[in-house]
Amino acid sequence: MLADKDRIFKNLYGLYDWGLEGARARGAWDGTKAILEKGRDWIINEVKASGLRGRGGAGFPTGLKWSFMPKQSDGRPHYLVVNADESEPGTCKDREIMRHDPHLLVEGCLIAGFAMGAHTCFIYIRGEFIREREHLQAAVDQAYAANLIGKNNVHGFDFDIIVHHGAGAYICGEETALLESLEGKKGQPRLKPPFPANVGLYGCPTTVNNVESIAVVPDIARRGAAWFAGIGRPNNTGTKLFCISGHVEKPCTVEDAMGVPLRELLDTHCGGVRGGWSNLLAVIPGGSSMPLIPAHDCERLLMDFDGTREFKSALGTAAVIVMDKSTDIIRAMARISYFYKHESCGQCTPCREGMGWMWRVLSRMAEGRAHKREIDMLMEVTTQIEGHTICAFGDGAAWPVQGLIRHFRHEIERRIDDYSANPHPEPVRVAAE
Amino acid sequence: MCLVELKGSPKPVASCAWGVRDCRPGPKGEPPEVFTKTPMVRKAREGVMEFLLINHPLDCPICDQGGECDLQDQAMAYGVDSSRFKENKRAVEDKYVGVLVKTIMNRCIHCTRSVRFMTEVAGVPELGAIGRGEDTEITTYLEQAMTSELQGNVVDLCPVGALTSKPYAFAARPWELNKAESVDVMDALGSAIRIDTRGREVMRILPRDNDDVNEEWISDKTRHVVDGLRAQRLDQPYIREGGQLYPASWRDAFDAIAAKVDTTEVKRTGAIVGDLATVEETFALKDLMTRLGVVNLDCRQDGAVLDPAWGRASYLFNDTIAGIEKADALLIVAANPRREAAVLNARIRKRWRMGAFPIGLIGERADLTYRYDYLGAGPQTLADVAAGAHEFASVLKKAERPVVIVGMSALARPDGAAIASLAARAAQVGGSDGWNGFSVLHTAAARVGALDVGFVPGAGGRNAAQMAAPGALDLLFLLGADEIDIAPGAFVVYIGTHGDAGAHRADVILPGAAYPEKSGIYVNTEGRVQMAGRASFPPGDAREDWAILRALSDVLGRKLAYDSLAQLRQALFKAHSHLRRLDQIAPAERADIAALAARGGTPEKAAFGRALDDFYFTNPIARASAVMAECSLIAEGHAALTAAE
Repeated sequence: MLADKDRIFKNLYGLYDWGLEGARARGAWDGTKAILEKGRDWIINEVKASGLRGRGGAGFPTGLKWSFMPKQSDGRPHYLVVNADESEPGTCKDREIMRHDPHLLVEGCLIAGFAMGAHTCFIYIRGEFIREREHLQAAVDQAYAANLIGKNNVHGFDFDIIVHHGAGAYICGEETALLESLEGKKGQPRLKPPFPANVGLYGCPTTVNNVESIAVVPDIARRGAAWFAGIGRPNNTGTKLFCISGHVEKPCTVEDAMGVPLRELLDTHCGGVRGGWSNLLAVIPGGSSMPLIPAHDCERLLMDFDGTREFKSALGTAAVIVMDKSTDIIRAMARISYFYKHESCGQCTPCREGMGWMWRVLSRMAEGRAHKREIDMLMEVTTQIEGHTICAFGDGAAWPVQGLIRHFRHEIERRIDDYSANPHPEPVRVAAE
Repeated sequence: MCLVELKGSPKPVASCAWGVRDCRPGPKGEPPEVFTKTPMVRKAREGVMEFLLINHPLDCPICDQGGECDLQDQAMAYGVDSSRFKENKRAVEDKYVGVLVKTIMNRCIHCTRSVRFMTEVAGVPELGAIGRGEDTEITTYLEQAMTSELQGNVVDLCPVGALTSKPYAFAARPWELNKAESVDVMDALGSAIRIDTRGREVMRILPRDNDDVNEEWISDKTRHVVDGLRAQRLDQPYIREGGQLYPASWRDAFDAIAAKVDTTEVKRTGAIVGDLATVEETFALKDLMTRLGVVNLDCRQDGAVLDPAWGRASYLFNDTIAGIEKADALLIVAANPRREAAVLNARIRKRWRMGAFPIGLIGERADLTYRYDYLGAGPQTLADVAAGAHEFASVLKKAERPVVIVGMSALARPDGAAIASLAARAAQVGGSDGWNGFSVLHTAAARVGALDVGFVPGAGGRNAAQMAAPGALDLLFLLGADEIDIAPGAFVVYIGTHGDAGAHRADVILPGAAYPEKSGIYVNTEGRVQMAGRASFPPGDAREDWAILRALSDVLGRKLAYDSLAQLRQALFKAHSHLRRLDQIAPAERADIAALAARGGTPEKAAFGRALDDFYFTNPIARASAVMAECSLIAEGHAALTAAE
């Protein structure tokens, strides 16, 4: 378990003042000027050395991403865009940062912006986040008032932060779709290349980072890369916010070290699985777009990028969705499929058409109203979607279904058998909805 | 569907968006390799094809796109013979988007080409996609008619049968049609078109690629004027007796003309060429008139003050249409390119979208689909620019290739010569050496050709307006001239195709051939010589115009020296050798512009008007078209609506 002294998010639960004074008392904005004075390269190298990997889901090394930005501006401004469009089902970490510790993010923006020569930062905040936006905007205003950011600020680096409120589309959490949306267009992902580091917002070099990735940067810079790298395992360093939801006694968002065993995570912070560990059915380790991991694998599951990969899943946003044996796993996956069908932007054919197909087949399977051969067909459909789309949305929608078929094929088959044995237990109520 | 395999890439990549620059070399620095026929590519495309087809209706037998459908073609290559999709197919309500485009939205595969065309090329963002994912629908939001003059092109762009041509709905199958390559005459651009006929009937008109002129677009008038070719046609000669037109034989009609010619003074005889005439018939008419000794000739019905004597450059679009893309400043004088040459307007917009392209407009304000600086309404502003007193003059001065577009509404005024001179001076404000940006935007397809063969008043001859004046002439030949009111008195011989203004005024009507029914040369506003092909035949007793003139010359005892179109062309080429070089522009003298600029003159104060009152009603064919009438009505309603706001 993570020691209290190693916590970055000290006000995760909003017990203390979230404003500037409170944040200062917790160590924020301390020696920021000194950090900036060490220079851009020092900051980037420090972040690289810390081994920080992007907290938004893909886990791309943050320092490396920053180093893709042009060293010298060619006349175009550089932009930092913070992705606060936290919409992944099960994920609730960025909102806690924004409403309870927004100054960590504001300070992180300044340091990150300085490191990549960006004088302007846009924070794209999810449409449904009202209180979070208010707090964040207030924190930004406080920082402006205290002359921490803005023109001619105390840090000697002109820096503007603009908080932009989205309209609540899941796809706008994809970095290029976010840029499109920020430009006022329809939120549809762009083809890469060109990558945003070269041609991003308004055609200018842009880096898009997750809220958590940015918010941990001040602490890394203050405490040193070695401290951060010392937590967790190699290649999976640092602390991480885990959002545990579902069938645990006390669902919560908690900061812990990377690589914490799942069982320890659940038992320490959440009071364990509802009805005991033996009642566990499966866990989705990283938000709804990651494949589930069945109970027997959960025993050995380490909660970090490599640990989850071992079980053909991924850490994603570290949103652990726990499902006990009362869960209708097929219906659960059908519901996730419905979400993706609803949120597909419709730009790429496989995703646009495939999502609805998967959802419909899965909802039939949830009732058992299907053929067994359709299980393989469904699997093939997912592989036809996966990797054939512009963004990772298609992959993220295909993986949960693949995970279901991989681990719970027997359950689907049983359901189909039950149905065919007694197809009409009750009269069908058509106009129920 | 354009997925290809890139060596070293785990995912297939979309070749339509992947640059060669983006391909990474192999680990040892070997050049990147792209595969287009590997199993991986095939599998990927089959996958996409399956997804495209699951929600696409199987209504090819009743789909107008059948036989020329991109999806059908792709399905032939990558489709599977049976469907694994057992769910219900998506059903989408059809949308009203205007009278030209029919929608069957079940067939839409969401390629968004139509949306992108309307937004980017046409510049009228009236089409859009609402909804998301599989619920996406293409619509005009409030289901209003599109207002673009280029909207018909979305039918060509649509890869499936979701957007089809409304007037052409269920009319023919593509494999029944004979296709002839031709040139459009609805405006002076000479867009390349393909005329599809079934039997004798013209079924539809489609664009052909011609990057020098129309790229791949045509205007709605070009495309949908088709039904005008069927209605109001003159299919036999008529003679007016006692105020009433009676059908007559060719012989009687010719005799009536001959009798009139014999009794009329040459001085009181004249001829006017209309806007749709080919160069050949204009040349033949001039030849006949010259043989008769007539000097009252004119091709400028609208009174445009342009004179071949000023040099060819003085009446051409010297910048060339494709040259717009290289221009770096534009001054539009009394023109509305969107109305007068819709395709040219798309080209200007294309250049404008590239950036760094200041545009100034003098004349009537209009929505041109791009932003411009409005400089003023009348000749005074032009004079200021030409004199360097206006701030836009500094823009022109800095430019290396400034273009000055002069519209017909500036030239078709009594002071047109002075304005032309001013515009020539404005065109010389800037520009590098040898640059000639003076560009006359004609509205009549026949005009440049007729000016090229010198169909203007000879020594002491009257111009069109003088000929039309009361009591000016006793005998007047109109070769498809419908845009001019001839005062009562003169005996009018009308050679033309439609029962329009000219025919109503005529004393003898000789039925001619419309543009799809004859082969002929047209010279577009740039001076580009283009050959229109014959796609069909004139109706009834109607004949090709040059043949009518040849036969008439025989009756008049002034036999023209050619018995075939080939011979006529030989004579034409002998007299005007530049017409021999098809699809090319004979270089015009830059010095002509300097001379024109030096001519001077005092323009009047009145503001510039507009050349076209109604985009959809500019010639007899368009006026006969019910589709054009509908479009015009919608445009009027839209104008009233925007005026009310």
